[in-house]
Amino acid sequence: MIDITEVRKIYKMGDQEVRALDGIDVHIGKGELAAIMGPSGSGKSTLLAILGCLDTPTSGSYKLDGLAVEKMSDNQLADVRNKKIGFVFQQFMLLARTSALENVMLPLTYAGINGRERRRRAEEALARVGLQDRMDHRPNELSGGQQQRVAIARALANSPAILLADEPTGALDSKTGADIMALFRRLHDEFEQTVIIVTHDPGIASQTNRTLRIADGKIVGDDWHPNGRSANGTEETVVAAPAAAH
Amino acid sequence: MDFLENVRIALRALSANKLRSTLTMLGIIIGVGAVVGLLAIGNGAAASITADVQGIGSNLIQVIPGQMRGGMGGGAASSAVLTMDDVDLLQDNLKNTAGIAPVAQVGATVTYANTTDNQTVTATTPDYLAIRNREILRGRALSDADGERAARVAVIGTETARQIFDGLNPIGRTFKINGVQFEVVGLLVEQGGSGFGSADEVILIPLETGFTRLLGTSTVQSGQRTINSILVSAADPDRLDTVTGDIERLLRREHGLAAGEDNDFSVFTQQEILSTLGTITTTLQVFLGAIAGISLLVGGIGIMNIMLVSVTERTREIGLRKAVGARRNIILGQFLTETLVLSIFGGILGILFGVGIGAITTATGMLTAQVTWESIAMAFGFSALIGLFFGIYPAYRAANLRPIEALRYE
Repeated sequence: MIDITEVRKIYKMGDQEVRALDGIDVHIGKGELAAIMGPSGSGKSTLLAILGCLDTPTSGSYKLDGLAVEKMSDNQLADVRNKKIGFVFQQFMLLARTSALENVMLPLTYAGINGRERRRRAEEALARVGLQDRMDHRPNELSGGQQQRVAIARALANSPAILLADEPTGALDSKTGADIMALFRRLHDEFEQTVIIVTHDPGIASQTNRTLRIADGKIVGDDWHPNGRSANGTEETVVAAPAAAH
Repeated sequence: MDFLENVRIALRALSANKLRSTLTMLGIIIGVGAVVGLLAIGNGAAASITADVQGIGSNLIQVIPGQMRGGMGGGAASSAVLTMDDVDLLQDNLKNTAGIAPVAQVGATVTYANTTDNQTVTATTPDYLAIRNREILRGRALSDADGERAARVAVIGTETARQIFDGLNPIGRTFKINGVQFEVVGLLVEQGGSGFGSADEVILIPLETGFTRLLGTSTVQSGQRTINSILVSAADPDRLDTVTGDIERLLRREHGLAAGEDNDFSVFTQQEILSTLGTITTTLQVFLGAIAGISLLVGGIGIMNIMLVSVTERTREIGLRKAVGARRNIILGQFLTETLVLSIFGGILGILFGVGIGAITTATGMLTAQVTWESIAMAFGFSALIGLFFGIYPAYRAANLRPIEALRYE
């Protein structure tokens, strides 16, 4: 699924070279639920940008589903982001004055899907995050947790191979954050969705099956905990989460 | 991602900032309104001048002795004359005419009671009035019988009547021209207009009377009565060129001019005067158009300015759109559409504004403004072009934002 070999990202700040990523090798398989952890400035955001094809590495190779991303043109990268990757941001990044349904339709529109099919898929994605009865609400009429659910539905709309979340609970209170994490787990468990969450919160990371630790642009830890917290009963609350909303 | 989708997005973005969008459009509204309004006024002015000239008689052809083209007073001028034989020749041979009138003019001293004035007296035939589109207000016109018996009668213009009779009813009154007594039998309808040679400052007498009583021997050359000009009215404006050509051909043969020799007479049509006026009004319109164009340009710069601000403000939105898969051209199209919607909508309002300016001008009664489809199409096309031109750079800036930097923009 994701094969990253010897990836470096070097920025030039005046005369200084900043090695945001300094030789990263990672393999993430299909259906994994993984966390990337590290302190700020460690390079985890840069790694997420490269994983999400928002940025390209200075050197090294990145193969996504066997496609060599590092050789792609801007338009090809846009298409990969559109079809293979779903983004969830800390600040939700929903379009204002635009209904939940229309927000979710955005990637479908860019994929060239129009009319009824676009609406059907968007409605399906919203139903998956438990917002089927909030489709016509605008972001300012929704709570933070609901807004993040809309953002997750938008990320799911094109049935991407990977869901990339950048501090998805960072702007939410802990209860709502837990609900969102439960939603990620459910998407992973029920739909075998590959989910990668960038966080600095060990509590969040512990709910995944694998934690990649990054510091100074290098992978410094790769812990597998396949059962996550599902072993101690969290999964049951997770399934019920959509009804609880926030 | 079709065009309508883009228009919907653009309308939503523009309505999010209604005041700003309106102010931005104002530049285009004023620019387009100026184009449409000023051109309508220009067209109206041109039409009214043309109508004035046509009022003199749009089918009028004037033949005068001497070659006037290629410089005044050419070699032939002094010896060249037009005679009554020429008039008879045209009367007998010229087709497609509505009337032919010889004109002999003389400056004369006009006296009535204690007032004395210098006036130009025009001796002509009854056809003259029809050729010049003049009508009788009171009294009667000159008749053929007046000419046959060389009657001492005159038809005068309203301005002349004011000057000589000072407001008294001139009909039936007698006055003297160079000491010869004349009776006023008719008063012409006032034509208005200004400038020199007012059409209302005129004394018309029968041609025969002119020759026998006023013009004297100086007008007779080689036994021929000479005249100042021949007025010809073409039956149909489309036949002006034909008639003009026939006049030249007939007179050249009559005057025995060899091939290659210059005419010893000149033929003018109202058409030529109209084309001169056309040049003037075109210049006027180019001038007005330039002013309007500048205001459109200013409006366009206003749009560009606001769009650049808008792109900066919406950097994160652009980043998000790119993150979920918008290609470069889609962002380009989105912002270009936004500018186009702004400028085209402004253009439509501007056209209404311009039509309003025209209507107000017409309502004041100064002139009848004429809004033409060409000016509307031009203004509309211009505003769209301006939107495109000034929209490209901001849209290009938006399209070229790097997604990761745009997303993180604070």
